[in-house]
Amino acid sequence: MKILVCISHVPDTTSRINFSDNNTKFDTSGVQFVINPNDEFCLTRAMWFKEKQGATVHVINVGGPETEPTLRKALAIGADEAIRINTEATDGYSVAKQIAAVAKEGGYDLIIGGRESIDYNGGMVPGMLAKMLNYGFINTCIGLEIDGNTATATREIDGGTETIKTELPLVVGGQKGIVEESDLRIPNMRGIMQARKKPLSVKDPIDANSATQTTKFEEPAPKGDVKLVNTVDELIDLLHNDAKVI
Amino acid sequence: MSVLVYTESEEGVFKKTAFEAVSYAKGLADSLNTTVTAVTINSKDVAQLGKYGANKVIDIQNDALQKFRADAYAEAITEAAKKEGAKVVVLTSTTNSKYVAPLLAVDLDAGFVSNVVDLPTSTKPFVVKSSVFSNKAFAETEIKTDVKLIAVAKNAYQVKEVDGSAEVESLDVSLANIKDVEVADIEKSTDKVTIADAEIVVSGGRGLKGPENWHLIEDLAEVLGAATACSKPVSDMGWRPHEEHVGQTGKPVASNLYIAIGISGAIQHLAGVSASKVKVVINNDPEAPFFKAADYGIVGDAFEIVPELIEKLKAFKAENA
Ligand SMILES: Cc1cc2nc3c(=O)[nH]c(=O)nc-3n(C[C@H](O)[C@H](O)[C@H](O)COP(=O)(O)OP(=O)(O)OC[C@H]3O[C@@H](n4cnc5c(N)ncnc54)[C@H](O)[C@@H]3O)c2cc1C
Repeated sequence: MKILVCISHVPDTTSRINFSDNNTKFDTSGVQFVINPNDEFCLTRAMWFKEKQGATVHVINVGGPETEPTLRKALAIGADEAIRINTEATDGYSVAKQIAAVAKEGGYDLIIGGRESIDYNGGMVPGMLAKMLNYGFINTCIGLEIDGNTATATREIDGGTETIKTELPLVVGGQKGIVEESDLRIPNMRGIMQARKKPLSVKDPIDANSATQTTKFEEPAPKGDVKLVNTVDELIDLLHNDAKVI
Repeated sequence: MSVLVYTESEEGVFKKTAFEAVSYAKGLADSLNTTVTAVTINSKDVAQLGKYGANKVIDIQNDALQKFRADAYAEAITEAAKKEGAKVVVLTSTTNSKYVAPLLAVDLDAGFVSNVVDLPTSTKPFVVKSSVFSNKAFAETEIKTDVKLIAVAKNAYQVKEVDGSAEVESLDVSLANIKDVEVADIEKSTDKVTIADAEIVVSGGRGLKGPENWHLIEDLAEVLGAATACSKPVSDMGWRPHEEHVGQTGKPVASNLYIAIGISGAIQHLAGVSASKVKVVINNDPEAPFFKAADYGIVGDAFEIVPELIEKLKAFKAENA
């Protein structure tokens, strides 16, 4: 089985989000970048398929050279090979087109990536990829087993879960639950050393116009001060008469 | 060249987000000088969408679509969009709509923006405002394609009733290209309010000390008709199921009221819940960061405050029933 894991290079969850150039650019100064948390859950599941079922695992990112440490980290966690498509990730649609072009040649049985990235929260790359490649698609996946050519996937639905049986090839949008938090791996020294020698190939992008373009950012309006109350009666009164939410 | 809006239903009954989406589509259609067509799959009482601004409803009734299937739903909506010559397609941000959206985007070759919080800031060029960086910022994004796809964030656009009615037209869809999948099992608690649909969410953190104390959260949720939620460590420790985990890496919350009990207010937690309209924090540490993000707060011991709150709310509800 050949697996491709889509890795988005995103600001660490604790990052303060600031903008530069008159609020037209995300200001990356002082920002620590990490593997998108949803992607990391997916990568960890892919490692399980590698170790238990002999899968080969490639990771892919669309981005400039600055994303390579994130790909190296994925290699240190255990992926076999990394691919970077050398172009700025401007919107989900064009990113999906770039990945689809590489995936077509790679002949992957399973392509797996986070349900959404924590920077642009678009939630679109896996689904678009599935459509472009004519693969099946499972989103919000919280459990995945593969037996031969058959995949059994559990996905989160509003208010519960749904279990689906389908055939490979498949694209999966995953999230926490596909593995648990405690399954996540911190790369050890050996992994880090090995990662340096693993192939990281840089590919030229295809011609793919972006369908959308972000022109401006805005920080949320500053929050007013909290109203501290001393009694439960006062709280109920405020929620009823002031906020009108109960 | 109408605005097409997909209105989701469950067991045939429309969700509130469907009405929000129609209201949004109506606002949008007004600024584009066009009309609203709603498309809906296996729903009942579809003409009611006229009350929110739909001029026409494309009513798809199809046995093959009884169970939600993203690829099949995408194909059905695509057919309706093409038939209408829709230039803008509006969706909600429910789990299923988010599942369908990227498939639809490719089918329609449409630029797609999710989590849209307001009507376009401009229609020429077509620019929409959406929440990004897990609610830590907003972006204005131009959609450059001929057909545009937007998913409206939950609770971002008010439902508005209008004086109008919709003509209903049925559509037979061919569903030529759908894949074989078998839904083996669905587990769903039907007696509980879901975080996605809830107007009020009551959420507990590590400050509650252990799963044995969760009756406090559940009882409070019950009086309020609320959904229950929790912080990430609470679900990681197995005190509560994963589906209750809210925050940046869990479920987003965009309710009218969010009550956080024994939750410190870490940046990742706040990012996921800040789209809620009114936030209340109950915490015994006045320095807890949540107080900076909340609208109302009580500094005190949850084990004293919450039981009193439950009792007094019961009385309040009885009085105001
Ligand atoms: C990559 C990453 C992603 C993350 N994503 C999320 C996420 O999506 N959601 C999320 O929630 N967290 C997330 N976190 C974790 C987050 O950083 C915090 O650790 C977590 O939110 C803290 O949970 P808590 O508030 O329940 O616990 P704590 O921070 O331990 O807070 C407990 C609070 O309870 C209060 N308390 C104690 N006793 C009482 C009492 N008797 N009465 C009243 N109050 C009391 C304390 O004063 C304290 O403020 C993430 C972390 C990382 C690194």
